[in-house]
Amino acid sequence: MTAGILAFGAYIPRLRLQRQAIAAANSWFNPALKGLAKGERAICNWDEDAVTMAVEAARDCLTGIDRKSVRGLQFASTSFPFRDRLNAGIVAEALDIASHVAALDVTASQRAATSALLNALNGGGPTLLIASEKRRAKTASPYEMTNGDGAAAVLVGEGPAVARLVGSASRTADFVDHYRTDDQPFDYQWEERWIRDEGYMKLVPPVIAEALSRAGLQPGDITHFIMPGTLPRIAATIAKVAGLPEAGIRDNLQVALGETGVAHPLMLFGHTLESAKAGDRILVVGFGQGADAIILEVTPELAKLPARAGVSGHLARRKEEAAYNRYLAINDLVEIERGMRSEVDKQTPLSSLWRNRALLTSFLGGECTKCGTIQIPKSNICVNPNCNAMHTQVPHAFADKAGRINSFTADRLTYSPSPPACYGMVQFEGGGRMMLDFTDVDPEALEVGQPMRMMFRIKDHDTQRGFTRYFWKAAPAPTSAKES
Amino acid sequence: MASGIKDKVAILGMGCSKFGERWDKEADDLMVEAYEEALADAGIETKQINAAWLSTAIEDQHVGKSGVPLAIALRLPYIPVTRVENYCASGTEAFRGAVYAVASGAADIALAMGVEKLKDTGYGGLPQRSRGVLNSMSWANFSAPGSFAQLAAAYRAKHGTSPDELKRAMAQISVKSHDNGAKNPKAHLRNKINIDTVLGAPTVAEPLGLYDCCGVSDGAACAIVTTPEIAKSLGKHDIVSVKALQLSVSNGQEASHNSWDGSHFVTTRTASKRAYTEAGIDDPRKELSLIEVHDCFSITELVTMEDLFISKEGEAVKDVLDGFYNSDGGVPCQIDGGLKCFGHPIGASGLRMIYEVYLQMLGRAGPRQRQDEPHLGLTHNLGGFPHQNVCSISIIGRYGV
Repeated sequence: MTAGILAFGAYIPRLRLQRQAIAAANSWFNPALKGLAKGERAICNWDEDAVTMAVEAARDCLTGIDRKSVRGLQFASTSFPFRDRLNAGIVAEALDIASHVAALDVTASQRAATSALLNALNGGGPTLLIASEKRRAKTASPYEMTNGDGAAAVLVGEGPAVARLVGSASRTADFVDHYRTDDQPFDYQWEERWIRDEGYMKLVPPVIAEALSRAGLQPGDITHFIMPGTLPRIAATIAKVAGLPEAGIRDNLQVALGETGVAHPLMLFGHTLESAKAGDRILVVGFGQGADAIILEVTPELAKLPARAGVSGHLARRKEEAAYNRYLAINDLVEIERGMRSEVDKQTPLSSLWRNRALLTSFLGGECTKCGTIQIPKSNICVNPNCNAMHTQVPHAFADKAGRINSFTADRLTYSPSPPACYGMVQFEGGGRMMLDFTDVDPEALEVGQPMRMMFRIKDHDTQRGFTRYFWKAAPAPTSAKES
Repeated sequence: MASGIKDKVAILGMGCSKFGERWDKEADDLMVEAYEEALADAGIETKQINAAWLSTAIEDQHVGKSGVPLAIALRLPYIPVTRVENYCASGTEAFRGAVYAVASGAADIALAMGVEKLKDTGYGGLPQRSRGVLNSMSWANFSAPGSFAQLAAAYRAKHGTSPDELKRAMAQISVKSHDNGAKNPKAHLRNKINIDTVLGAPTVAEPLGLYDCCGVSDGAACAIVTTPEIAKSLGKHDIVSVKALQLSVSNGQEASHNSWDGSHFVTTRTASKRAYTEAGIDDPRKELSLIEVHDCFSITELVTMEDLFISKEGEAVKDVLDGFYNSDGGVPCQIDGGLKCFGHPIGASGLRMIYEVYLQMLGRAGPRQRQDEPHLGLTHNLGGFPHQNVCSISIIGRYGV
């Protein structure tokens, strides 16, 4: 039995930087930016990175699936927050599946995700493949315009596949269209016309042809053609050369999202699945030091997949960001006066982080086996004043619980990279409560009783030691089925 | 039930430094300033003191740990000196240590000193500091105003109070404290303000504005206590004694169990009930002559009026706007300006409140003296955050009342 795609999911940060705002700030220096100033791009909030987005995309992907069934986790990105600490391990702990999965980081090429997908399709237990990217770009560069932040995930394994592999091909070439080294924060790029003519046009069509041949298909059999890339008309040009139907070229989501790097092939794949029908054949290309071409055929199982936010849901969950200066500040692209309150030492004792990982990373609380009271944090003595039993609590998961605001404030005194800091008491359905930071909120719209859900986010940056610590925060629950 | 502390211990003397931005003074200067006044008031010498307690809450910003800084500042003669810390209730804790020492017979005369030197941080408001290893990783990023501000959201939701009405009552609380502080030469803030000043101020933590927050000050306050018998033998006629000392500490129930609605202080309700029993008070609204409460923020004072069972639940807004807590009202609250205007050097604040009640009982409060002759006064401190805190209550009055 061959492996196929069992499920898919996505995450796109809520903030959408308006490209007009980028152009307005920078066209004095580079007037050509005006030509790119259409639509918006997704940008991370100050407390998001490739890891937090990966967790959310994975949760979306695993909607309705027993997490205990996952055996492997692969995490693809070129913007991992940690160079030597398993980023996939943080994600696995946050998903509370760490103890039974093998986890691996895949990196160093824009096609890391498609290559990892081929590996996963070639065997092994159910593997959760997540691609997540938050690429930095220099101020006033074209890439600041065309990049987008986001994550996508697929679950790969044997079983009722929503799409099954029918053919693939790969080619590796040390073609350096851009690169980034250990000690440099930004990419260095070569000329676009050369990348198009010598790169895409010479490397991609032969790989597509080989994949089609292995699948025993003609170009006209492809229903959807996914070709990430920001070069003008690159997908259409390749489709023409490869003989693919023009009508099947998928929107690269440049106007609404931006190019999400390693995540983009899977992002477009997820977006395609959201409207695909059984029998559709999807061709996904990954480009970067060579190319991967993967052909998948949609099965009737797709219609049975439980509803999820996916790409469209997250595209609908959006807040326009017109403040270019805030984007610069929360991405450390400008030295902003953060005030003395930001100077508090944020050291994370790693021994304590490990000891408390159930609470801090997996967000597990406790359930009293004597009186049934649900509580967080889990404690030695039950918090119910009519119980107070000792050592009776078993772990209880809070990450997917619905909650409501009991009290709140918007605080302009405490240090926050994006003030005001909003937080309050959140009471969970079924029991338990916690004073929690809020994220992705509109301060003026907060109210007692407001429905909230939990999201995995950056809690603090320890700038002195370069450590990022994560915790769970409360965000407004989706307001429409579309955002789910 | 235990017999309690009522009338077992008398206040022999008290002192209080001027509160404020004391840029030219060290913590030991402030302690000596309060001590000289207390010593002269008590009419004793240092060598007669048998034991001492020092309260500071943010000691790492000034004197450091232990009882040594007090022993050195006052040159105490190798007697027992203990440093206590219990958030903003620290000052009352030092007092409790000294009072219990006298009541137990372990000491004839004991001293309580509270001091805080907060203005060496480089910024306004309380210092930002570590909360403990795990707490720093799991607690929300809350400040003091942000945690107390949430009382307003929960209070509005519970009582259906409109934001405007609540904000006006909160503003009146600050206006009243500024009126009172203007008459107090030792107060940090002595300017009068009006409701528009409060409503127009920048927001600190929604819905608290700048004038809803108390001052952060340098200062020290000191009490010398003994038995009523020794006080008489030292020539005291007008004796002020301790009627009740209670403390209530959150056990995590408000923070983790869904039985608390967020609009009041479980600790204050518990501690005040016990204090009234200990002092033999049946109706605090009628029997208390004045109160000094922990008005770190205007909304704290407002809900505290209900938690002390002086205003009925849901009626504090009306009582405040009616002037019931003004200096000429039924139960004057913060007749010395309160934390809001006298200032809030944390470790000293509980002792400062007792100092004011003590002066009022003796008719020594000058232009701010309560007109009706006072008999009983209550002080109240809250440390921490509404969802987990320490509450201390003391009731002080004329001996024999």
